[in-house]
Amino acid sequence: MTSTHPAVELDGLTKSFGALTAVDGLSLRVRPGEVVAFLGPNGAGKTTTIDMLLGLARPDAGTVRILGGTPDDAVAHGRVAAVLQTGGLLKDLTVGETVEMSSHFYRHTRPVAEVLERAGIADIAGRVVGRCSGGQQQRLRFALALLPDPDLMVLDEPTTGMDVEGRRDFWQALRRDARAGRTVIFATHYLDEADAYADRIVLVRQGRIVADGTTAEIKNLAAGRTVRATLPGADQAALAALPGVDAVEVRGDSVLVRTGDSDALARHLLTRTAARDVEITSRNLEDAFLALTTAQTGA
Amino acid sequence: MTTVSATTTRTVEPDRRLPALGGFCLGVLRIELRRVLRNRRTLAFTLIMPGVFFLIFGLPQGGQSLGNGRPVTAYVMISLAVYAAMVATTSVGGAVATERALGWSRQLRLTPLRPIAYVATKLATAMTLGLLAVVVEFLVGAAAGVRVPAYVWLLSGLAAWVGSLVFAAFGLFVGYLVPAENVMQIIGPMLAVLAMFGGLFVPVEVLPDVLQQVAKFTPVYGVGVLARAPLTGDGVSVAGVANMVCWALVFGIGAARLFRRDTARV
Repeated sequence: MTSTHPAVELDGLTKSFGALTAVDGLSLRVRPGEVVAFLGPNGAGKTTTIDMLLGLARPDAGTVRILGGTPDDAVAHGRVAAVLQTGGLLKDLTVGETVEMSSHFYRHTRPVAEVLERAGIADIAGRVVGRCSGGQQQRLRFALALLPDPDLMVLDEPTTGMDVEGRRDFWQALRRDARAGRTVIFATHYLDEADAYADRIVLVRQGRIVADGTTAEIKNLAAGRTVRATLPGADQAALAALPGVDAVEVRGDSVLVRTGDSDALARHLLTRTAARDVEITSRNLEDAFLALTTAQTGA
Repeated sequence: MTTVSATTTRTVEPDRRLPALGGFCLGVLRIELRRVLRNRRTLAFTLIMPGVFFLIFGLPQGGQSLGNGRPVTAYVMISLAVYAAMVATTSVGGAVATERALGWSRQLRLTPLRPIAYVATKLATAMTLGLLAVVVEFLVGAAAGVRVPAYVWLLSGLAAWVGSLVFAAFGLFVGYLVPAENVMQIIGPMLAVLAMFGGLFVPVEVLPDVLQQVAKFTPVYGVGVLARAPLTGDGVSVAGVANMVCWALVFGIGAARLFRRDTARV
């Protein structure tokens, strides 16, 4: 991968359907080789964003660049491939015929047998698509996406509707295939999938990005604790300089500190300052996800 | 990527050039044909039923002659060959509706395949099946004793086949009009009515006078007249050619417009 362009550049992307604003000024830059989870509840605008990213839908405003070019160019040259949520397969073809037929749409592809093997469906190549399970059909879509050996792979909720075993098989297939340099963007509303497979998590709510960071950062943001104490005249800068402290907020006589090391902070407050009424509350990933992705009432 | 192990590293950039002919190729055509020939319904309506019709309605007229002395059975056989070809090409064109309903056309938009190459593949598949339908009908006729000069076999067959292009366009037109998986259940009865007006089941001349006048403007009429011309010796009629060209344009332009609407971004 010698390309100096970002794998994906979304700038001010906006798309409305009637009165509903599905995507609202969304901007995102993804570097080559990143594995990004697009995490958000249903209706957050993930699928609409992906449709615009792939050139399947036209943004009302904003621009999309894939590997420095337009989505159409990227598709035409096999630089991007996608696994979409539903549909898209001919029921009366066999698994093998579907892959073979699709391979003819490109100038050059990975060998059909190799792609079937990597997607974990070599053993059902002769099966008619209409008789395949949902999970098998999804792995077939994945096989089709592998054909052009794309630089960017986009997956829209690839495991929706699969049982636990199907989900595990699918991610194993994706994991087996992973090679250095390929950029992967996947939309999901499963926290554990984002956690397990992404380098970076982008949290979306109501068509906007509400948090964006490495998986560790997002987890930290989520897993950190909030320490609250009554401390008149708190030295905000001194507190912020303590190890593990992410944010310090002073509200009148109270101080709220978000930290990854609540023990050290509490010890400091109780031994080095006049703080009293110390309260420590924790937030887990689920809480953070909900807090960040749920619509605020009255907003 | 701590949980993901890189198993392969690409050393050579893949060939990213656009596919030749927009992705139209014989490999796809071969799979499409295999697919069509696996469909029992298609086989029954395009390859078996017209042959059976000939045996039921054509053979009993054995020994009777047209005005120019040619056998009536040949007249029936050529008419049914036109019918077989039009059902064949319409069903392939109409299959676009199924593929749109299934979301396959959306999947195709994520590949370098040009939409026009997709349509070309459908047309080529339709015309191949149409040719097969004509040949099968003629084989049934020949086996049952139909004897006409070689040029009649050739020219009538050619006219029936080329004329079925009108119905490939018709199939595409309907296919882009209605997104339904069972589009042939709608088109099938329509084709039967059109075939009746086109004189494929009974000569147009036996219809009431008003219907005869109407029939001349229906889409099958031109193809029927032209396909039987080598047999009847009527010559190539201007009305027949005009009918065929006009309907080819109507369905072709209609299909093209709907196709453009279908491939436009939302």
